[in-house]
Amino acid sequence: MKKLIFAVVLVAGLSACGDKPQVLETIKKDSAAFTGTGKAFANQDWKQGDKASWESHLKARNQYGQNDYTRMN
Amino acid sequence: MARMKFVCDAERCIECNGCVTACKNEHEVPWGVNRRRVVTLNDGVPGEKSISVACMHCSDAPCMAVCPVNCFYRTDEGVVLHDKDVCIGCGYCSYACPFGAPQFPSAGTFGVRGKMDKCTFCAGGPEANGSQAEFEKYGRNRLAEGKLPACAEMCSTKALIAGDGDVVADIFRNRVLRRGKGAEVWGWGTAYGSKQAGQPGVATPEGAKS
Repeated sequence: MKKLIFAVVLVAGLSACGDKPQVLETIKKDSAAFTGTGKAFANQDWKQGDKASWESHLKARNQYGQNDYTRMN
Repeated sequence: MARMKFVCDAERCIECNGCVTACKNEHEVPWGVNRRRVVTLNDGVPGEKSISVACMHCSDAPCMAVCPVNCFYRTDEGVVLHDKDVCIGCGYCSYACPFGAPQFPSAGTFGVRGKMDKCTFCAGGPEANGSQAEFEKYGRNRLAEGKLPACAEMCSTKALIAGDGDVVADIFRNRVLRRGKGAEVWGWGTAYGSKQAGQPGVATPEGAKS
């Protein structure tokens, strides 16, 4: 009888042992910049969500804002 | 669109630290963390040169290679970003980066290293674009607002150029062609001295700092 109780306790005890499942936290999916913020604070010269519009707007802004040769002459 | 890139023109940088201030203000970066810094060679000596340095968003980023928890990712525009919820603050990226871009807040208990912080090319992070959570963790997402990085847009002499790599290269090429080119204007000779640049590299003046 004692052996049986010992065996049951042993099985129950061992079954309680074990690690909790560990899942590697991965990077959250980032949304593309051209999708915009949906807020009014964004620049109004392009259509939010339109990639071509975003790219052409940024290129124009780059030329206008940072190429002083095109602005001077 | 090509990859997003920074270029700093050492001929134009006047070490005003406007880019540093613009960055700190735009993203409300905490005390002790500098996403961008101005580095000066031969400080105080005639002919000194300064450049503004931050994360260069490397094509083959060493920080990404050494990160043990793989918290880095690259956007379609080539901007290297990271997820602060995954970062464990080990500091490996800090040792791997040749530009000293990764920064760690030291305001915690016993100076414990917190989550890594670095230049995001004003592209925020993995949180929703323009959200409060994104702003608090990574700063403002100017790219999603149709704007370029604040540091470059704020640069008074236009020494720091940021944006689409092709456009940035065109602007810089045009500038160099107009003002002349060679070691006396840009490159190794400018930074470290050469006969052509008129600063023999061997004769470093006393008290010159690097």
